[in-house]
Amino acid sequence: MNRKLLDLWVGFFVAVGFAAILFLALRVGNVSSANFAETYRLSAKFDNIGGLKVRGPVKSAGVVVGRVVEIAFDAQNYEAVVTMTIDGRYHFPRDTFASILTAGLLGEQYIGLDAGGDEKMLQPGEVFAKTQSAVVLEKLIGQFMFNKASETPASK
Amino acid sequence: MRDGALAFVAGMIRGIGHRVNDALQTLGFAARFFMMILVYSGQSFRRLHLTLREIYFSGFQSLLIILVSGLFIGMVLGMQGYETLQRYGSSEALGVLVALSLTRELGPVVSALLFASRAGSSITAEIGLMKATEQLTAMDMMAVNPIARVVAPRFWGGVLSMPLLAALFSAIGVFGGYLVGVVLIGVDQGAFWSQMQGSVDFELDVLNGIIKSFVFGVAVSLIAVFEGYDAVPTAEGVSSSIKRTVVYSALAILALDLVLTSFMFRGI
Repeated sequence: MNRKLLDLWVGFFVAVGFAAILFLALRVGNVSSANFAETYRLSAKFDNIGGLKVRGPVKSAGVVVGRVVEIAFDAQNYEAVVTMTIDGRYHFPRDTFASILTAGLLGEQYIGLDAGGDEKMLQPGEVFAKTQSAVVLEKLIGQFMFNKASETPASK
Repeated sequence: MRDGALAFVAGMIRGIGHRVNDALQTLGFAARFFMMILVYSGQSFRRLHLTLREIYFSGFQSLLIILVSGLFIGMVLGMQGYETLQRYGSSEALGVLVALSLTRELGPVVSALLFASRAGSSITAEIGLMKATEQLTAMDMMAVNPIARVVAPRFWGGVLSMPLLAALFSAIGVFGGYLVGVVLIGVDQGAFWSQMQGSVDFELDVLNGIIKSFVFGVAVSLIAVFEGYDAVPTAEGVSSSIKRTVVYSALAILALDLVLTSFMFRGI
């Protein structure tokens, strides 16, 4: 086989292969929004993180502003310590409220940030002062049934 | 009578020992052969067109079967995935299902299986026949190293083609899922792509899939060139070598997939 023609076809094959990888990266995997250019770390302590996972999203006003990078257990206070990286473009006030929320009724869990009114911003490495744990469905149902049971005799 | 029974048992034990011995010897030779390929790779890369020629034969010529199979598998995934997902009212997640199953598992594994039967078997046949017709010996006589001249280019041709073929398989499979899910069935196009982009991670899913296919490429190519080189130089020997290439490649791909998956996707 002619060597020039051979090179042409091999070049075509390699180009198509790399185009496929590019397609997987940009169109299927969306590499651009998954990585923030510059990030800083913040952490928060929760009594219960429910089903939160590492790499879960951190959202503020519904927009993804960061990712959970580490979940550890604090054996002194029996709390979960969640470390997250936040996009370097965004800064949050000191009294920002971090809560664990669920997307939809049974969807994945994420950290929601509700910005407060403090003038001072959280510095890299600092800890959220105000947090709210995940809602555990079983506890909620148990509470509801308990309340129902206790109010039935009174209404009669 | 007693002597006869004793001799039968002794013969059986000898048979087992012989087989184990043979298997270990082949394994040792395969390891040595792999090292030899790596050592002589530099020598064969100096004549790069040999490797390019093999990329053409095993990579480019496998394009058609890879693309057509990928399209069909993506379409089947689209149909089956929709069938299951719509029961739970989450048919928008079809894109996620198609893309994740293709990039993580089906793309690398199925394309490697196809590659083993399409390109691996032909490499084994080629090298085995070269050995049967004493071309390899002739090369040795002319002070041309057959490993550098014949084996290493075929090995690297397979190793380099495999990740590209797997990526193409996944990409065309996602397109097939899109065709069935969005164009044919009517899943919302925006949700299909955006949910897919939200859940497929480049490093975790796409890159790990490429790493997998690279490992499969090494395994399939090594098995193919080794079985050809190790073939008994007769028509029967070459044919059983080709059979072994396909069987061992399939087993190696699936076993390696289990190992790699358990390393890559632990509990996430």
